[in-house]
Amino acid sequence: MQYAIDIKNLVKTYKDGTQALKGVDLKVEAGEIFALLGPNGAGKSTLIGIVSSLVNSTSGEVKAFGKDLIKDRTAVKSMIGLVPQEFNFNMFEKPIDIVSNQAGFYGVPRKVALERTEKYLKQLQLWDKKDTVSRGLSGGMKRRLMIARAMVNEPRILILDEPTAGVDIEIRRSMWTFVKQIAEQGTTIILTTHYLEEAEQLCKNIAIIDHGEIVKNTTIKELLTTMDIETFIFDLDKTPDKNLLDSLDARVRDGNSIEVDVPKVKNLNSVFKQIDAAGYCVSSMRNKANRLEELFVKMIEHNTDQNTSKQNSLKAQGGKA
Amino acid sequence: MNAVTYVGIKTLVRKEINRIVRIWTQTFLPPAITMTLYFVIFGNLIGSRIGQMGGFDYMSFIVPGLVMMAVITTSYGNMVSSFFGAKFSKHIEELLVSPMPSWAILVGYVSGSLFRGLTVGLIVTLISVFFTEIKVHNVWIIISTVVLTSVVFSLAGFINAAFAKKFDDIAIIPTFVLTPLTYLGGVFYSISLLPEFWQKVSLINPVLYMVNTFRYGFLGVSDINVTVAYGIITAFVLILGFVSWYILHKGIGLRS
Repeated sequence: MQYAIDIKNLVKTYKDGTQALKGVDLKVEAGEIFALLGPNGAGKSTLIGIVSSLVNSTSGEVKAFGKDLIKDRTAVKSMIGLVPQEFNFNMFEKPIDIVSNQAGFYGVPRKVALERTEKYLKQLQLWDKKDTVSRGLSGGMKRRLMIARAMVNEPRILILDEPTAGVDIEIRRSMWTFVKQIAEQGTTIILTTHYLEEAEQLCKNIAIIDHGEIVKNTTIKELLTTMDIETFIFDLDKTPDKNLLDSLDARVRDGNSIEVDVPKVKNLNSVFKQIDAAGYCVSSMRNKANRLEELFVKMIEHNTDQNTSKQNSLKAQGGKA
Repeated sequence: MNAVTYVGIKTLVRKEINRIVRIWTQTFLPPAITMTLYFVIFGNLIGSRIGQMGGFDYMSFIVPGLVMMAVITTSYGNMVSSFFGAKFSKHIEELLVSPMPSWAILVGYVSGSLFRGLTVGLIVTLISVFFTEIKVHNVWIIISTVVLTSVVFSLAGFINAAFAKKFDDIAIIPTFVLTPLTYLGGVFYSISLLPEFWQKVSLINPVLYMVNTFRYGFLGVSDINVTVAYGIITAFVLILGFVSWYILHKGIGLRS
């Protein structure tokens, strides 16, 4: 099977000795929306930087649709569009120039470049701002401008590095719609995000990277099945007493609200029965946090503990020697 | 060159020219004013008391030197500010992620600096018409020298910008290297006025060869052998061109 992205044993060590990637293996299927998650400094941006030719790798192999990044860099670059985390366009230029010039850098003739610029600026609701000096655009508009710029060469692979960071919920949702649309048209999308809800909404497969290593690479569905406990918030009609809290092993959140950890083996009916039997009514109920978020935090904490114990054991060995 | 690269270069050159023309008050006006002052003060007021130099009145003697000085500082300044600006605000990444080869990116940027350098050179030449009669000994020498010199200093500016990490780094070289080399490169005087030792020291200054070859194109007189000068200027183009290409190709100062 030919993957859109096929990464083998990718290593990146910076000049100061920081090992940002420690032998990463990753496969992204063609046409999918793939989520890459990880805390700050985990190696996400380095990985994306290498794939998009902004960072030199130390060793390892990166292929895009079978083309090797080192041996056939021009072909790989032609397939990729990048929306980076930070604004990286000339703030004194107009959106129409930024987008059409980018098309030119990819070899798109001027006439076609201008047609595509109009198409993508319109799709991203920026056409009426096409002649505004871009530093005057809002944060959300600047992000959309970078998406239009990345799309103008009609890439087979679109890399979005935290595209919705700092944008309001309405724009975020309109971006999701746009991302889904272009994925439906066959573009492979790699998405890094801190909004785990975003990954759950858009992606089928997910990789979690931490300390330069892929700690999990699976489907979101499968990942969620590994969750053994979920926390729910119940809003009650009156202040709960100690008996209720003890019987449910619950905590008071505030006022009439309680938090209950519900193991997967136990169903919610039994919780409702206990509350009902104690003479309380449930006026509303919700998840405490995004399910994926809980799982992500647990996974990263676990990985950090492992790394710390490894370091301690190495230190102890060094001490003995 | 394939069609994709050709379109890429054309786009980059158009972008650079648009930028230069858009900020004409910063790019074309200052050298015009500075050089007019040079013509008035050194050419008219002081020059009239100096008498002849190299067999010509002082004004005619310094016009080619001042044109060349403007071309050198402009070509260098354009490249260093444009490329470092792109690096600093990260929009150089637009080019680094694109399939444009390194040499094509270099050609695009050098063409932009060449455009600005030659335009400023033309403006200064036109201003000089108000102060003296322009003589032309060999137009092809004039054109070839000014183009090659502009390319040399564009490439030098590129190397400076690639290694620069902060704005101070792009101001140090023009102030402490470029300005002394230009002022001591025979713009205002013939090196025959210097003691023999300093004449020999002057010969290690590459600007001397450029200014004198350019002056030879106008007046037909030069302190140095024009053929040797062409060899030196061409060698600078090739060496700096290779170094610049290597920097871009390896991503030195651009890719971590």
